[in-house]
Amino acid sequence: MKIGLLHSLIRKDEKFLIDEFKKVKGVELIMIDDREVTFNIGKDKLNVDVIVERSINHSRALHGLRLFESAGIKCVNTYSVATVCGDKLLTSCALAEHNVPQPEVRVAFTEESALKAIEEMGYPVVLKPAVGSWGRLLSKINDRDSAEAILEHKTVLGSYHHSIFYIQKYVEKSGKDIRSFVVGGQCIAAIYRTSPHWITNTARGGVATNCVVTDELNDISVRAAKAVGGGIVAIDVFETAEGLMVNEVNYTMEYKNSISTTGVNIPQKMVEYILQVAEGRK
Amino acid sequence: MADSSSAAECPVCGAQIQLAADAVKGELIECSDCGTELEIISIDPPQVHEAPQEEEDWGE
Repeated sequence: MKIGLLHSLIRKDEKFLIDEFKKVKGVELIMIDDREVTFNIGKDKLNVDVIVERSINHSRALHGLRLFESAGIKCVNTYSVATVCGDKLLTSCALAEHNVPQPEVRVAFTEESALKAIEEMGYPVVLKPAVGSWGRLLSKINDRDSAEAILEHKTVLGSYHHSIFYIQKYVEKSGKDIRSFVVGGQCIAAIYRTSPHWITNTARGGVATNCVVTDELNDISVRAAKAVGGGIVAIDVFETAEGLMVNEVNYTMEYKNSISTTGVNIPQKMVEYILQVAEGRK
Repeated sequence: MADSSSAAECPVCGAQIQLAADAVKGELIECSDCGTELEIISIDPPQVHEAPQEEEDWGE
């Protein structure tokens, strides 16, 4: 069995995954550094049974997956999943189409219409780049003065993808949210991410503690994963007075802080699923 | 002093860095002397450089 691992930097997440692959008899791991890849479209073939995408750059991950799939190679995750999860607007559409609860989201394309949408939603709201991660460039907007200032700055200074205004109703989450891990349709573990800051990403200093996977959490996590196309995904979930709501879905999930925290060998579960895909059992 | 032939040199502080037996090319490590984040660019001979700066589309 030949497993291609598409990567750039090898972080602890990738190292854990490599270590788990090495434990499996008969698996040959082929490292594919996205910084060295060239691809002759329609010509190049790669002798692997499956590609595991672990690129740190969304753009390389997305386009790499498309190229490998065009060469007939199975990928985890798929290009389709990466496309949906890599764009918050597409994720929200997928969640809505599958009736998965999420905070109110409005989208606008101009400074004026974005301000109108925000005023209708009521403060506070969170303005997010549709494409982005690790909590970068999120803006919590508490009043009209802030809204006008931030929208103007985005319009004048922002790059192309900041011209799509993705506005989410701010959810009061008492300093913590949930990150659940779904592998092949199973919710295998979850953590709380706690921070005194309203942004709770562990990449931004949020502290991870174990979170029991209740029936409700399992249900919404599995449904969210299914909505975006399945595979290996991490779901960010808010606990609200109206029940659980999905904030985001991540397709190159990071888990290094969650293995000892949850007691679940997350990379081992990933390897089991990836081998099933490679063997055509999933 | 570490054997320089089996160690990489930190490009920031010059410390000799012994790579772990299971180290892989592309792996991120930290200089134990100055704390700089480094990327292993070669196992044999052992070589590291400063890890790339975060880019706009890095993430999950």
